[in-house]
Amino acid sequence: MTLALQQDGSATRKVKRSNLSSARLRAAWLFLTPMMIALAAVAGWPLLRTIWLGFTDANLIDLSESQFIGFENYLAFYDGEAYGVLVDAEWWNAVWNTLWFSVISVGLETLFGLIIALILNAEFKGRGLVRAAVLIPWAIPTIVSAKMWGWMLHDQFGVINEILLGVGIISEPVAWTADPSTAMWAVIMVDVWKTTPFMALLTLAALQMLPGDIYEAARVDGINPIRVFFKVTLPLIRPAIIVAVIFRSLDALRVFDLIYVLTSSSTSTMSMSVYARQQLVDFQEVGYGSAAATLLFIVIALLTTITVVAGGLKSGEGDQA
Amino acid sequence: MGIRRTLLGSAVALAGMAGVAGYAMAAEVTVVCGSVGQGAKLCKGAATEWAKETGNTVKFFAAPASSTEQLALYQQILSSGSSDIDVFQIDVIWPGILGSHLIDLKPYSNGAEDMHFQPIVANNTYKGKLVAMPWYTDAGLLFYRKDLLEKHGEKAPETWGDLTASAKKIQDAERAAGNSKMWGFVYQAKAYEGLTCDALEWVDSFGGGDVVNADGDITINNEKAVKALKLAASWTGSIAPAGVLSYQEEDARGVFQSGNAVFMRNWPYAWSLGQADDSPIKGKIGVMALPKGGEEGKQTGTLGGWQLAVSKYSKAPEAAASLVMHLTSKKSQKQRAIEGSYNPTIADLYTDADVLAASPFMGQLKDTFTNAVARPSRATGSNYNKVSNAFYNAVHDVLSGKTEAEASLAKLEKNLKRIKRKGW
Repeated sequence: MTLALQQDGSATRKVKRSNLSSARLRAAWLFLTPMMIALAAVAGWPLLRTIWLGFTDANLIDLSESQFIGFENYLAFYDGEAYGVLVDAEWWNAVWNTLWFSVISVGLETLFGLIIALILNAEFKGRGLVRAAVLIPWAIPTIVSAKMWGWMLHDQFGVINEILLGVGIISEPVAWTADPSTAMWAVIMVDVWKTTPFMALLTLAALQMLPGDIYEAARVDGINPIRVFFKVTLPLIRPAIIVAVIFRSLDALRVFDLIYVLTSSSTSTMSMSVYARQQLVDFQEVGYGSAAATLLFIVIALLTTITVVAGGLKSGEGDQA
Repeated sequence: MGIRRTLLGSAVALAGMAGVAGYAMAAEVTVVCGSVGQGAKLCKGAATEWAKETGNTVKFFAAPASSTEQLALYQQILSSGSSDIDVFQIDVIWPGILGSHLIDLKPYSNGAEDMHFQPIVANNTYKGKLVAMPWYTDAGLLFYRKDLLEKHGEKAPETWGDLTASAKKIQDAERAAGNSKMWGFVYQAKAYEGLTCDALEWVDSFGGGDVVNADGDITINNEKAVKALKLAASWTGSIAPAGVLSYQEEDARGVFQSGNAVFMRNWPYAWSLGQADDSPIKGKIGVMALPKGGEEGKQTGTLGGWQLAVSKYSKAPEAAASLVMHLTSKKSQKQRAIEGSYNPTIADLYTDADVLAASPFMGQLKDTFTNAVARPSRATGSNYNKVSNAFYNAVHDVLSGKTEAEASLAKLEKNLKRIKRKGW
């Protein structure tokens, strides 16, 4: 009897548990479904549609008359000459510009972000105020800050030229955003100004997590602070920096507003997004522009995967050492 | 609950009344008619007058100042079939691009188009439909400082070579006299549609043709065009500020009107603004046709100008068309010519005493308007923007010293052939 009861009880418990877990599973799906539908609607559908449009000759003049043309937008041969995004010199110029912009600006932002974070990590009077102030450039919408810098960099009435002329660094006004040799640097400078705070914030968060006793021990042992930084601090905050670099690189690779506002569609600074927009909007080539947008998506996906894999492997080694 | 039901009921009733009223009496028409300055003021005045006369209401849509941005916006609005805007102002090069989204205005015009310059009416005819009414016409002009030319003993330039020499001489003398901000010549050299207009003038004045001719042949890679671009490239940083490479119309006018330039290439609208009471150079401005390319060259100017068109998706096409006819009427165009120095598209107005009293140059320069060179928008149809983009980028590379004129034009020819692949 007792045995039977016990058996009974355990059986019921088992049933209950599986009931509970399946209920949990159902609840999970219930909570996830709206998000997945929303994601499919706002991210999945436009993406699929863009990829599909890249295989058509859709044109803004009459969108309803588009036809499937296969890979012609990417590469096609006609009268012995190659056509398509993949052989368009302007596209490769845009790819090169984008990569150059991303590597230089993210590199500088990481370096400056680290320096600022180290300063903000130190104890000093008014630290809270300085921390808030540093975030201001990042809080201003890109379009606003880009326009603002556009005016400040203007060759005739810009304040930058006025200052540089005043202190005698230059002898006549420089057309920062118009001259091909300075345009990209002007764009990079504005981007660094704008997003260094973001890097500083993420790095600072990582610095604040570091245990104080390591530094205590290092100080007792009399180890050089520079050595401590490279041997202790940097390896410990590296995972956080890698995450920050991936975030920023993704942003930098699809850069649009900053470049468009400062230099519009000039080829000397044209990024992949600016190229795609020009095809889609200025030239009305919805098909061709979608093909370019799809390539942009592939380039970003590839680079992200590489960064994540490479970064992940390295941080794994770091943990073991 | 009770209150909510009452509210709902009255809302439905109100909506119903508005609907009925909308159909029976007055329509609401949204119009884009300039976003800044005098042009917008005049247009708003005339549209409000129309609204009062007809009992309709009119709403104004502020479009972006840059025409490239405007076109992009209109394309998005029109290709989505939106009825947000009823009446559009469209550039002289757009009828081929936007034509399929616009209504035929012939049924509403009562033959009014016969009064206007026929080449513009032909330009606005797309697949046999009159998709836009001419509103005002434009051609590039040379503005100069009468007082400065006189002071330094220079004549108004006949050729671009003369202009280069005069500009250099006056600029250097003025700077030596302490006006360190003085420049010889300002124009539009940003990589955008405006540069296509300026560069087409240089090339055409040297006899280098119009990039793509009326038969659709690519003609830009020629010696005369090379000569024109070489001369223009020599201006950057010498008689023109290096920043001219990022100038649009208003940037150039800013420098000229603040008294810091001897010559300026711009559209006629700059006249009335330069002669306004608050202008530092009021009464010191001369206007003339652009110089010739050389002794064998010719005077020219790029044909510009704006039209008014009605969207196919408009909910009140009749009211919208009536507004277009009002704004492009002789009366409205005369007022715009007098108060804003906008060039009428109605031939009669060029002999009108009131118009000539306000803008004397209109009579003198009537030849310029009739000899103006058209951008190849008819030959290249919906590919025009690509052609223009390839052209202004090639020119910009030459002006900024990135490439030599010969190499740049050879590359441009290749690019244009690519664009032409499927035919224009």
